[in-house]
Amino acid sequence: MKPSSFEYQRPDSLAAAMAALAGQEATPMSGGQSLLILLRMRMTEASTLIDVSRLPELSASSLDQGILRIGAGTTHAAIEDGLVPDASCGMMARVAGGIAYRAVRNVGTIGGSLALSDPAADWPVCLLALGASVVVQGESGERRHAMADFLTGTFTTLLEPGELLTRIEMPALPTGSRWGYAKLARKHGAFADSLGAAVLPAGGDPRMVLGATMEHARLLTRSMEALARDPDLGWDVLAPILRDDIAEADPNADAYRLRCHVATLRKALLQARGY
Amino acid sequence: MAEQHTLEPDDHAPTTGWVGASVLRKEDARHLDGKGMFVADVIIPRTREIAFVRSNMAHATLIGVTKPEGHAHQVFTAADLGEIDHLTAGPEIAAFRNTVYPPLAEGRVRFAGQTVAMCVAGSRAEAEDLADQVGVDLDPLAVVIDAVDAMKPGAAKVYDSWQDGAFMTSAVKGGDVKAARGKAKFSVRRQFKMARQTCNSLEGRGVLAYYDRRLDELVVYMSTQGPHVMRMALAQCLKIPEHKLRVIAPDVGGGFGGKNRLTPEEIAVVALARQVDYPVRWIEDRREHILASAHAREHWYDITLHADAEGTFLGLEGEVYVDAGAYSLWPVGAFAEASMAARNLPGPYRIQDLEIRNFTVATNKAPLGPYRGVARPGACFVIERMVDELAHEMGIDPMDLRQRNIVTAAELPYTTVGEMVLDTGDYPASLRGAIELINSDAVRARQKQGEPDGRRIGLGFAFYTEQSGHGTAEWTRRKSRVVPGYESCVTRMMPDGTVLLLVGIQSHGQGMETTLAQIAAHELGLKPAQVQVRHGDTGISPFGFGTFASRSIVMAGGAVAKSSRQLADKLRAIGAKLLQCAPEDTTLADGQVMSGSGGVSFAEIGRAAHVRSELLPEDVDPVLEEFATYEPSVSGGAFSYATHAAVVAVDPDTGSVELLDYAVCEDCGTMINPLIVDGQVMGGVTQGIGTALFEEIPYDEQGQPLATTLAEYLLPCASELPRIRVKHLVTPSTFTEYGVKGVGEGGAIAPPGAIVNAISDAFKETGAFFNTTPCTPRRIVAALDAARDAHSSHEVGA
Repeated sequence: MKPSSFEYQRPDSLAAAMAALAGQEATPMSGGQSLLILLRMRMTEASTLIDVSRLPELSASSLDQGILRIGAGTTHAAIEDGLVPDASCGMMARVAGGIAYRAVRNVGTIGGSLALSDPAADWPVCLLALGASVVVQGESGERRHAMADFLTGTFTTLLEPGELLTRIEMPALPTGSRWGYAKLARKHGAFADSLGAAVLPAGGDPRMVLGATMEHARLLTRSMEALARDPDLGWDVLAPILRDDIAEADPNADAYRLRCHVATLRKALLQARGY
Repeated sequence: MAEQHTLEPDDHAPTTGWVGASVLRKEDARHLDGKGMFVADVIIPRTREIAFVRSNMAHATLIGVTKPEGHAHQVFTAADLGEIDHLTAGPEIAAFRNTVYPPLAEGRVRFAGQTVAMCVAGSRAEAEDLADQVGVDLDPLAVVIDAVDAMKPGAAKVYDSWQDGAFMTSAVKGGDVKAARGKAKFSVRRQFKMARQTCNSLEGRGVLAYYDRRLDELVVYMSTQGPHVMRMALAQCLKIPEHKLRVIAPDVGGGFGGKNRLTPEEIAVVALARQVDYPVRWIEDRREHILASAHAREHWYDITLHADAEGTFLGLEGEVYVDAGAYSLWPVGAFAEASMAARNLPGPYRIQDLEIRNFTVATNKAPLGPYRGVARPGACFVIERMVDELAHEMGIDPMDLRQRNIVTAAELPYTTVGEMVLDTGDYPASLRGAIELINSDAVRARQKQGEPDGRRIGLGFAFYTEQSGHGTAEWTRRKSRVVPGYESCVTRMMPDGTVLLLVGIQSHGQGMETTLAQIAAHELGLKPAQVQVRHGDTGISPFGFGTFASRSIVMAGGAVAKSSRQLADKLRAIGAKLLQCAPEDTTLADGQVMSGSGGVSFAEIGRAAHVRSELLPEDVDPVLEEFATYEPSVSGGAFSYATHAAVVAVDPDTGSVELLDYAVCEDCGTMINPLIVDGQVMGGVTQGIGTALFEEIPYDEQGQPLATTLAEYLLPCASELPRIRVKHLVTPSTFTEYGVKGVGEGGAIAPPGAIVNAISDAFKETGAFFNTTPCTPRRIVAALDAARDAHSSHEVGA
């Protein structure tokens, strides 16, 4: 499968990219690891691709006064390899290393993944669990959205045409925090059947997230509240609460998918608790 | 095994003993460098690229094709291709219902993905743009997607005029199954399904064709396993004299059987090249490969195994349905499947009473073709699962049951009820070897102890035999349209004493450029680096059938040995004259003819034979070129065999399977190159793991394939593989050169049996029955649920 012809531009600054995106029917492309496949399979069309993967404004990362900022153009591999500062007690490097295949990770970017909002993607789950926000560059300047607001559905977010996701921001996870992350897929690199994340911040309230649902990653609020009340809550008590959360997060899941969700969340929580 | 001493093709001294040496593959130097030359890499000026328009319906009347305005000259339908003689494809059996498979659809489409038209443009992308604009007017017809249902009265039909849904119905019978049934204490009846797959060679199909005006020949670059046979077929169907048609298989990136059939795309591209004044090329992409290349495997079984109170097998009966798809591919489609499955069902066991009815059924799916193992992965899966099922029912160890029934070394040669002669080896030793290699006691101990994460450990075994290097007797028995009874070789020594082998086989990953060079080097006292192998080009090599059916090392290896020995005799005759001694007093070593302490180099002999004929003995003709064909003295096949052992950890909640360990105890006779044998075994096992756990093309009710990319069609990758450990037993064949047996397919045969037996073992006490490949997490969970439900309904009933 080969794509139909399209224009390709690689602006050298964020301003130039914004101008290119504003003026015409243009689609931003970062690593292209999903978009190019969709174009090749002719499942989507683009008249002009604006390559934003090498914009300097999207490649800088920093950890400053307890806030981690990651440029949207950062590759999964860079995170996996520890080339950006870590403020997640190692969680992001671990999650990055489990995304697709190394060849994909070398090119695919964290911002591209979030902007696409594939339900089976890892970053929405991980970043929701870490309490991250995204920064969006619009016509009239920057704005911030918490991950929970930003993700609105299958392949949809709060990004409007002509806008760019420029970076991810998150408060550093305090030292001594614990986390767990579990992915269930038919094989390494395949689309996930379920993604479960649990973050137990030192001195903070636990967060649990379910991904690979029919829509988008969700915080599991009932379970989180129950764990906030009793961090050592036993599985027998938690399980029915989790099941309620799962039913709400993925109402159309069949019996097998529900089992997978329970399994990943259980595994994530066990990992986080250090079992 | 892990430690192997490997050799470079030119660093062995002395120049003898190359048979059995683990020489690094000569072809890898270019492949590891990315310097191979596949059809897509061939550069012919002005080449235009082709995209096919394919049916998006599974079964429909083709009312018409509308070409996009202004581009009619770039779009071709069946009517535009000129005269084509549709080849009769299928076995030469009167009861077989022949079909016509036109390269581009004529009046009817019978599977989603069938070729309807072809579009030509400067690039593939532009050709696809055109293909998107071609209108295909289809009127849908009732769809046939299930081979078993298709044989029921009143079922929809793929071919209106047929009495029922089968290309062919037959039976394999022997002995007295009724009597066996009467004597049986245990009669275990089970049903099994093996899913539809495709070969998924790294390189898909590809063809590039153009007319060479100077030579007045049509040149066809084609990714095929057998260029000579493909030339024959293309010449027949396109009415081109064979001496004006040259088929070149350049580097071929895997075939596994799928490239041993002539497919409609290939015919269409070559037909087009007859009538346009520019080269045309089609490169199959992965979606086309999964959608419309030769499919494989899809079998359904209903089998009963009879045994006496001690577990002695008495007989086997039942039915095999092969879902053959909509057409048969030349030469014989998938029509060895049903009878091979039936004939191989008794496996290595003493079963002489057999009755297997088999049905090769037409469905609205892509045509079935051969795939590494051909029918035997299904047969092995079923018999080896049956052995475990019977053992569970009897409450004994499945390996004890195997030992009780397997043919022993003393009983060989043993004629099976399917009339195959199992020749040499020690099957019980292979069973014992696998038990030892997998460390069965330790696995059982771990299993007993239980896993901290709640997963269940299972251990499973499967045994198979692999008919290899079979010739005239076996292929005529199968009523094959083409009888690959021999292979050929020209051994040519150049004036400087180096050697060229021209062979009719086609290596598509088997390392034949190395192993055949080793054989010639062994016979001639040279190093493999001094021997160049040329294959895959009908313009330069003698006729041969190609590489398939685990035949090349037996057949082509034999032909190389034979022609090289003929050359050796001639070298000795000439050398003897130059050394002034008798030919019988000479030997070949280090690139010389030696006699006593004296020697004359092949370069000197080459010079004499080519440009200084006054130096030749009177009765010796000039030029150093020897031709031979070879077929083993027994043409029913030499049988390799192995026991595979698998250890799995299965999550009972999610059905996830991890392969913890995999061991193979195999015997393929003498190994020319043990390193390459290991590679063949491991590659085969990997594909067998794909069959067992991952690969499947399901269809929906409308006959739409639900897997068309590698996102849905899962292939095992390195991360999914355990370390595959291989132990070799070596029992040379008594009727092949050096005692070799074929090894190409075997690895792929046993994994479904071994792995699903292991999964079954993990849940032995639940009564869950695992009967389908791929044994997916969903299927595992469903089987466990079904067993639980059956158990609780029993309790309610009691």
